[in-house]
Amino acid sequence: MVTESDIEHIAELADIGISKDEVPEFTTQFNAILDYFDVLDAVEGESAPAAGITNVFREDEPRPCLSQEEALANAGSTEDGFIKAPRVM
Amino acid sequence: MKTIVGLEIHVQLATATKLFCGCSTDYRDDEPNTHCCPVCLGLPGALPRMNRKAVEYGLRVAKALDMKVPEESEFARKNYFYPDLPKAYQITQYDKPLAVEGTVEIEDDEGHEKIVRITRVHLEEDPGRLVHVAGAAKYSLVDYNRSGIPLLEIVTEPDMRSPQEARRFLNKLRTILEYLGVFDGDREGSLRVDANISLEGSQRVEVKNISSYKGVEKALTFEVTRQKNLLRRGQKVTRETRHFMEGRGITTSARGKEEEHDYRYFPEPDLRPLRVAGWVAEIDLPELPVARKNRFTAQYGISLNHARTLTGDLKLADFYEEVAHVDPALAATWVADTLLGELNYRDMSIAAVPADRFMELLALLRADTITDKAGVQVLREMLDACAAGSPCEKPADIVKREGLGKAAGDEFSGIVEKVVAANPQAVEDYRAGKKGALNFIVGQVMKETRGRADPRELGRIVSECIDTSGV
Amino acid sequence: MAGSLDFTPDDRCNAFITTCREAPFSDGALAGVAVAVKDNISTAGIQTTCGSRILEGYIPPYDAHVVELLRKEGAAIVGKTNMDEFGMGTTTETSAFGPTRNPADPSRVPGGSSGGSAAAVAAGLVPMALGTDTGGSIRCPAAFCGIVGLKPTYGRVSRYGLIAYANSLEQIGPMARTVEDVSRLMSAIARYDPRDSTMLDKPYDHRPSADIAGLRVGVPEEYFGEGVDPRVAETVRNAIGVLEDLGATTVPVSIPGMRYALAAYYVICTSEASSNLARFDGVRYGPAVDTRKSWHEAYQDLRLELFGPEVRRRIMLGTFALSAGYAGRYYAKAQVARRNIRQDFERAFREVDIIAGPTMPTVAFRLGEKTDPLSMYLSDILTVPANLAGIPAISVPCGRVDGLPVGLQLMGREFEDERVVDAAYAYEQGVKA
Repeated sequence: MVTESDIEHIAELADIGISKDEVPEFTTQFNAILDYFDVLDAVEGESAPAAGITNVFREDEPRPCLSQEEALANAGSTEDGFIKAPRVM
Repeated sequence: MKTIVGLEIHVQLATATKLFCGCSTDYRDDEPNTHCCPVCLGLPGALPRMNRKAVEYGLRVAKALDMKVPEESEFARKNYFYPDLPKAYQITQYDKPLAVEGTVEIEDDEGHEKIVRITRVHLEEDPGRLVHVAGAAKYSLVDYNRSGIPLLEIVTEPDMRSPQEARRFLNKLRTILEYLGVFDGDREGSLRVDANISLEGSQRVEVKNISSYKGVEKALTFEVTRQKNLLRRGQKVTRETRHFMEGRGITTSARGKEEEHDYRYFPEPDLRPLRVAGWVAEIDLPELPVARKNRFTAQYGISLNHARTLTGDLKLADFYEEVAHVDPALAATWVADTLLGELNYRDMSIAAVPADRFMELLALLRADTITDKAGVQVLREMLDACAAGSPCEKPADIVKREGLGKAAGDEFSGIVEKVVAANPQAVEDYRAGKKGALNFIVGQVMKETRGRADPRELGRIVSECIDTSGV
Repeated sequence: MAGSLDFTPDDRCNAFITTCREAPFSDGALAGVAVAVKDNISTAGIQTTCGSRILEGYIPPYDAHVVELLRKEGAAIVGKTNMDEFGMGTTTETSAFGPTRNPADPSRVPGGSSGGSAAAVAAGLVPMALGTDTGGSIRCPAAFCGIVGLKPTYGRVSRYGLIAYANSLEQIGPMARTVEDVSRLMSAIARYDPRDSTMLDKPYDHRPSADIAGLRVGVPEEYFGEGVDPRVAETVRNAIGVLEDLGATTVPVSIPGMRYALAAYYVICTSEASSNLARFDGVRYGPAVDTRKSWHEAYQDLRLELFGPEVRRRIMLGTFALSAGYAGRYYAKAQVARRNIRQDFERAFREVDIIAGPTMPTVAFRLGEKTDPLSMYLSDILTVPANLAGIPAISVPCGRVDGLPVGLQLMGREFEDERVVDAAYAYEQGVKA
């Protein structure tokens, strides 16, 4: 059982916004889905090392980069060649 | 109260390209966001590709530190949200690192040899660089040139017992990395350290963000004092993360979100696992510091102390070997004692010293053309020119220009006669058996010749002069 | 014969998010063929949105590998097709650009998430299209719209340039009205790309053959069980009968791990998605983040405003499934279940060459019919096993129920995409004859 406060905590952990009126609905849906996931409790066996191909490499040879203009083309706002972002301090 | 220190060191590997894309790593001094591509900008749809060289470099370190390389290792995503992390996860290694269980030998505070155990080394990508803009509108500016630079994270056991030991460990580690050719210590920010420090019986504090190995001792010394003061006042040390403020030499608490991370690691689905344990046997390690030190004493016949100093830095050791053919013993003294002191005083790197000019200087000293004292003066002139970015003059030209050639012949005896004549009291004292009087006269002659005379030879000449001068 | 195609479709189904009025093309195996591309595949110079507001206006500076290959083969990229937001849906209703309608019945959904590609093909706007399949997103809309769609073996087609939803499960694949065209498009896109480390160098160079004499077809009981519309089951059994008439033999097989498949699938895909979708922060691309706010506040607000509820729900589910204290119960268990299912298929494929069953348990839903997320998830039960196992799977139309198309799903061994194409081709030609 997850509670509404669990849902708010998960939203915080995911760093994703959730509006107040969505919380009850999300809680109900989560509980239904997590109930369904309970089937996994019955899964048996240990996790094994990944199968298949290993050691996929490229050589240490420089390739052309994007120009500064191309690198900044999709950015919402830029300043002196930097990309502008919200303050973190 | 025992101090317990463990370190996490992030070393930028000196590959030509980034860890997961072909962008050049040579980004310093370049415009922001000019060493970027869809992969290191985290553009939607771009996929990482593993740089073979970075794995080889990591294994080279593992072998040099005598580590175990597990059969399989794997990359994982470390999820956290920050604007300098373009994919919002860092590709790193989590429960299957590249190598585990190694050792580094250092000297403890009493000068005895001790082992610092290495827990693990793993590969990961560097995030971009953030610039904080203050003022009325606060915001951040991001440069992704550094994004994706390969890092080797080296984690130690809590085996160090003082800030000084931590510094010696880092010096030793840095030397090994340079010898291995996997690291360029001259690049700004190429070695960054997080330190865990606790006083026995107290909580552990993690100090993050120490961007130079010299800063580690400073940060840890500050922490020891801070924590001891807390305990002295009857307070407790809180388990927390603190940031080192390099400029002010203090640490400050980093409270808030950063404290409660849940990184939600899981295996990186865009990369395949590594099975590289078999590569280790094929790695030819270069000569490492200890081996080179032993060779220096044997091959050049120099003292253990000189050999240790000279091999403590790869570039210094290379420089010594280059200039040693002039005269190994003379070169050892002049590089390890004189040159190193002069470089430290100027905060200069050995890389700035032209070996050919230095060899010319050694040749002048060896041929007795100049005295040691004059030699130091010539060296200072040379280094000042190098530091100023001017071409380094030939030592012989400096000697000529400054008139520093060893005084000899007529000029020499003329000065001695003059000084003897001007100091009759000292002459009399000498004749009366006072040895000190001779030194006084020699000192006067030295002053007159501005150090160009050899003091021992001078003593002989002065005594001869007095003996043959009129009674 | 290079030139440009004038593309002005009558898109009454809302199959396209972006159309290219003048689509250039060149010489090659697909010279002048109009190809539609799902909008989660990067196209240099053409807006690529993943059906989301959070990428509105994003113009990739590079082409996905499959798009490079299409251009090289001379195809004309005529537009970007509608899809469930980031592929998260089974109906194409979660698109931020409005739902796509099913050309077979405009009151019905086309299936999803590649609903736009399926509708564009079914409506005759293009002969072929690229879709992507994470848990059935090619096969489901192919079945619902009555066209052919192939999910290739994992590692057969480069994912470079595919905007990731669940990296370990998804593949780009061909969709068309005929098996032959699906095979042609597959030949163009299944070419080695060293930029995708999970890929193998096994190019697809194949012309379909209808000779299936001696083919052993496995029929798993789990594909005809509870939740499968009996009329759909019967239609599919009849189609398997056609394969028998053509010389194939049928063998009952079992995939016991199926009982865990859907839960394992949703744990894995939401976990990977929670990580993949965190990069959309409005800093480097997409609608700009508000730089006057503090970082976490701005980031949360942007994601609340620009992601739809299903996307946020799955991000939260995945975050929870990976979080400290729960990862062992969800993520780790799902990986074990996945391995078990892969082994179930390996075991079955020692007895048979092909496994056959319905693609979807029902025919296409009415628009707005599925409101509850879990009941929507349950409709993916027959398609997700192939993604968990990494094996090739094709959906080929095999009749109608209530006048709506039904799909026959044929699954094969890893890297035996040719064999599933042949079996589908044999069925298609056999029915036509």
